[in-house]
Amino acid sequence: MAAGKDKMGRPLVVVTGLGVVTSLGAGKTDNWAKLTAGESGIRTITRFPTDGLRTRIAGTIDFLESQPCAASYSERFANLAAEEAVAQSGIAAPGGFPGPLFLAVAPIEMEWPQRFELSARAGGNDKITYSDLLRVSTQFPAYHERFLFGSVADHLADKFGTRGTPISLSTACASGATAIQLGVEAIRRGETDAALCIGTDGSINPEAVVRFSLLSALSTQNDQPHKAARPFSKNRDGFVMAEGAGALVLESYDAAKARGAKILGVLEGCGEMTDAFHRTRSSPDGKPIIGCMNVALKDAGLTPDDIDYVNAHGTSTPENDKMEYLGCANVFGERIKTLPMSSNKSMIGHTLSAAGAVEAVFSILTLQNQRMPPTINYDTPDPAIVLDVVPNKARDAKLKHVISNSFGFGGQNVSLIMGLEPAA
Amino acid sequence: MAEGVREAWITGIGIVSCLGEGADAHWQKLNEGKIVVDTTSFAPFIVHPLAAINFDAQITKKEQRQMENWQRIGTYAAGLALDSAGVKGQKDILSRIDMIVAAGGGERDVNVDSTILTGTPHAANPAAFLNERLMSDLRPTLFLAQLSNLLAGNISISHGVTGSSRTFMGEESAGVDAVRIAYSRIAAGQSDIALVGGAHNGERPDLLMLYEFAGLSLRDKFAPVWERGGKGFALGSLGAFLVVEAREHAEARGAKPLAKLSAVVSDRANRKPGTVTASLSGLWDKVKDKVKGGTAVLSGATGADPATAEERAFFAEHADLAVRATGSYLGHGLEPQFAMNLALATVALAHGNLFPPNDSSGLEKPMTGTLDQVLVTGVGHWRGEGLALVEKVG
Repeated sequence: MAAGKDKMGRPLVVVTGLGVVTSLGAGKTDNWAKLTAGESGIRTITRFPTDGLRTRIAGTIDFLESQPCAASYSERFANLAAEEAVAQSGIAAPGGFPGPLFLAVAPIEMEWPQRFELSARAGGNDKITYSDLLRVSTQFPAYHERFLFGSVADHLADKFGTRGTPISLSTACASGATAIQLGVEAIRRGETDAALCIGTDGSINPEAVVRFSLLSALSTQNDQPHKAARPFSKNRDGFVMAEGAGALVLESYDAAKARGAKILGVLEGCGEMTDAFHRTRSSPDGKPIIGCMNVALKDAGLTPDDIDYVNAHGTSTPENDKMEYLGCANVFGERIKTLPMSSNKSMIGHTLSAAGAVEAVFSILTLQNQRMPPTINYDTPDPAIVLDVVPNKARDAKLKHVISNSFGFGGQNVSLIMGLEPAA
Repeated sequence: MAEGVREAWITGIGIVSCLGEGADAHWQKLNEGKIVVDTTSFAPFIVHPLAAINFDAQITKKEQRQMENWQRIGTYAAGLALDSAGVKGQKDILSRIDMIVAAGGGERDVNVDSTILTGTPHAANPAAFLNERLMSDLRPTLFLAQLSNLLAGNISISHGVTGSSRTFMGEESAGVDAVRIAYSRIAAGQSDIALVGGAHNGERPDLLMLYEFAGLSLRDKFAPVWERGGKGFALGSLGAFLVVEAREHAEARGAKPLAKLSAVVSDRANRKPGTVTASLSGLWDKVKDKVKGGTAVLSGATGADPATAEERAFFAEHADLAVRATGSYLGHGLEPQFAMNLALATVALAHGNLFPPNDSSGLEKPMTGTLDQVLVTGVGHWRGEGLALVEKVG
């Protein structure tokens, strides 16, 4: 195997910069300390009144200045994570990133505060309709740019100076992993030596909470926020919505080496497989999940026995955790009983569009530190899920290759395999 | 394994719009020069309404009930494209198709919105009122009709496309980059066959509002794109999908090419004066060696200045090219516009000529001689510039 090429002869893709912000804090240092201490970032929602809502908890990021809408929160978090990643990589002066931007971002839309603002401006009709809002729309010119889907990526591209058109994407809760996959593919095609891949989500607002609530996807353990996310436990009752962003600077191994960059990890393989069974549920036979992981293993040139740790999607919904377990049991066989598999979401909640990127950052940190973050709130194991979930306490381990799973509504499945820098 | 440059063929198209469905209906209407607009439903705003479509032909009733119109339009167009490529129902191929959808978000329940806006000023506790109304009035499954990636999800469910599924967001440039990435992956050997495109429901007051924030929703009187003085666009309901395939993959299954996709490039100007023209010139430089004559342009010009004026300035530097702005007929569909124009390019190439001009401003000129190549432009009304080259095979 030539230096700088993977087993398939493609450019080897490495990670040279990482950035993260979650409800646990800003930055890798703070996040990693709290993640491995088993702290929860889940809390009672205070950003808006929650009267009448079934779920009143979330992993909100409350230590930064407030924003008018999800687009602005998403942009703020992405900025913070990307600043950290780009600074760590040392790849370029600020504003001169030498490659494209791939941004996983929550869908952008106008929200209720803005609708109320327009409605008030339109004046007091008996009945307010969109015709009234349309009558005064031109008085709010800034909302055009703000509520275009491409605006968050455009602003990030301006700030970081990425090349070409930035790509904003969604694969629902697998989006962050897809952003990384697009970066890996671009480097493997030889189009670029570097890519900035970000996943971000700041969509904790009333309608977003209601939407997931109406699908019965959310935990309603409102009285004990820290205990609400309990992946793989018998008494799990849904996921906890959360905010966050993860950013990775990807580079070809050769380009990173040539500039003397420190290599933090290797993006060894990516897999995806779509599930056509149902909009929100996995195929009962688990084949798409199994296929997704197998495609990633093949892409990385590895076998299931090479994987030392699974960074689980682990949402804490009854359905996901069961199906992820079944899928992994099929892929890893008898080893599944002893293969460590933990869920970052037990502590940070489900960061939705950001999750794949946030958890990829944590996967690389797991490799670097040779330490596995726990699955917290694991007090009542589900007897149908026999797993080493790294219960409640972080643990050291010898880790060479980890797989991180991301599954989303719409049949989206993506798995990423990450490893350590190969010995020179 | 070196990832060399492989030829990419368009082997299937699926299109629906105000002009109807399929290649023949579009070709006939474009040649007739007939304009289909609705000036009353959203007056004073003008939209191009979707033609009457029998969705049952591609989507079961049960699945249609789970969708909003933008998803029905897209799932229908995707089905037409798979039919056109001869891969509908071919499980082995469908399980390897890489799908890239360009999408915005789905329809809102305008009645729920109106109820909340009307009731809030009178509510004792406005925030509680909002929560209560949302919890009790929103259909639980509406969210699944709104999520951007759920057009792709519906295509997977209705047509069994399961290789991979990615959704790009970001208006016109999402549509350009969806095709660019699909093309690049095929050229590099990362993918053998792709389904790429999108859908747009232009008959939505919330979307009219989004563009009216910038005063860009066309109102009062219809005019073709180049005759609007840059004042904006009439939203169009349309769906467009392409099956793009590596030549060897198509040949191995005996599929005929509709056209060859020879280049797809994109860039992002900062939209300071002159930068759109410069950006298009830069993209032109990347494809000009492949431009051999018998070439026309299908422009995605929106009618919104300064972007449209600058695109026009770019065409002034290439006065030998016959240009048509399809937005005059189809309206502006944002995300799927680029795929739609690529599909119409294959239709024009099959006929070996171009439809007549529809422009009294002097930019669109009649084309004489045969048509062998089509350049497709996709200049976003706010951001993003794209250019593709489609060629006759053989």
